Amino acid sequence: MRLLILLLTSSLALAAFAQSGELSPSAPDGLRKGGTLGQDLPAPPIAGDPREVKREVRNYPEQPPVVPHAIRDYQVDKNFNRCLDCHSREAAVQAGAPMVSVTHFMDRHFQVRAEVTPGRYFCTQCHVPQTDAEPLVESDFKAVDEVIRASNKGDR
Amino acid sequence: MKWLKLYWNLLRKPSVHYSLGFLTLSGFIAGIIFWGGFNTALEVTNTEQFCIGCHEMHSNPYQELKDTIHYTNRSGVRAECSDCHVPHGWTHKIGRKMEASKEVWGWVFGSINTPEKFEAKRRELAEREWARLKANDSLECRNCHEFDSMDFTMQDPRAAKAHSTALASSEQTCIDCHKGIAHKLPDMASVNR
Repeated sequence: MRLLILLLTSSLALAAFAQSGELSPSAPDGLRKGGTLGQDLPAPPIAGDPREVKREVRNYPEQPPVVPHAIRDYQVDKNFNRCLDCHSREAAVQAGAPMVSVTHFMDRHFQVRAEVTPGRYFCTQCHVPQTDAEPLVESDFKAVDEVIRASNKGDR
Repeated sequence: MKWLKLYWNLLRKPSVHYSLGFLTLSGFIAGIIFWGGFNTALEVTNTEQFCIGCHEMHSNPYQELKDTIHYTNRSGVRAECSDCHVPHGWTHKIGRKMEASKEVWGWVFGSINTPEKFEAKRRELAEREWARLKANDSLECRNCHEFDSMDFTMQDPRAAKAHSTALASSEQTCIDCHKGIAHKLPDMASVNR
């Protein structure tokens, strides 16, 4: 009986202590800012995907171009690739879509094949649609032209 | 044979005990009950609840539907199984319901009761639906998507082009291009799209 009382009081005290904030320090300001370790904050709203976006200039030559349209429900699996419905070699002209680049037809030995090779088949591994989401972390990334321009200025 | 003859004679004889009014009225009421009952039962088989009552429908096609725009969207309009797989008009609906009795056979013998069996039959099942929608000029699509109400200027240029030419001239119908909008597509090798 005495043990039970002791156990109860100690657990109550611990619970009260946990509430006080001493055991729940503020969380490191990572991707989700604010709050403490013990706190459950509501998830930030899901960013929408705007339909009307223009094709964007690539920041460096090998950048996979971003997807300038919604791709909700697009099926890309062993059975079917919805992206290739428009972006394949045969369909691109009729669809008015850019054809997948020739690199996608190369296998690992740089041998060009007739079809998009399995290594490049899953489009969203590299190509992603753009949303109006705020960047999670600050970035001082500069496009390649800016870097060149800046370094040219430095030379003079 | 004797019994049959007895009842036949009984049915042919005019009523002795009941008035014409009583017979007419009770016939009318019985008619309402039978017709209403039949129709209610028919409507029950048209509900989503009924369709996904069987596990093969619940765990295969229904799960695929759930991600799509026809199930989850901002405006809260939902197309359930019967909206796309059963025509709304009476005649076609009854026809489809009779066809669907084959699905009961499939259920009894478990022809698609595992994901593997479903995957193996996916092309066959899909082709049957494509053929059906092609034959009835995508009737179920048109229950909601009316050609006359389409504003081409608000569509993608490419969509507007296809709709104002091939669709407008009835050369093609919805399903010719819009395959796999509510379920995953089967292996599409050698399917013209």
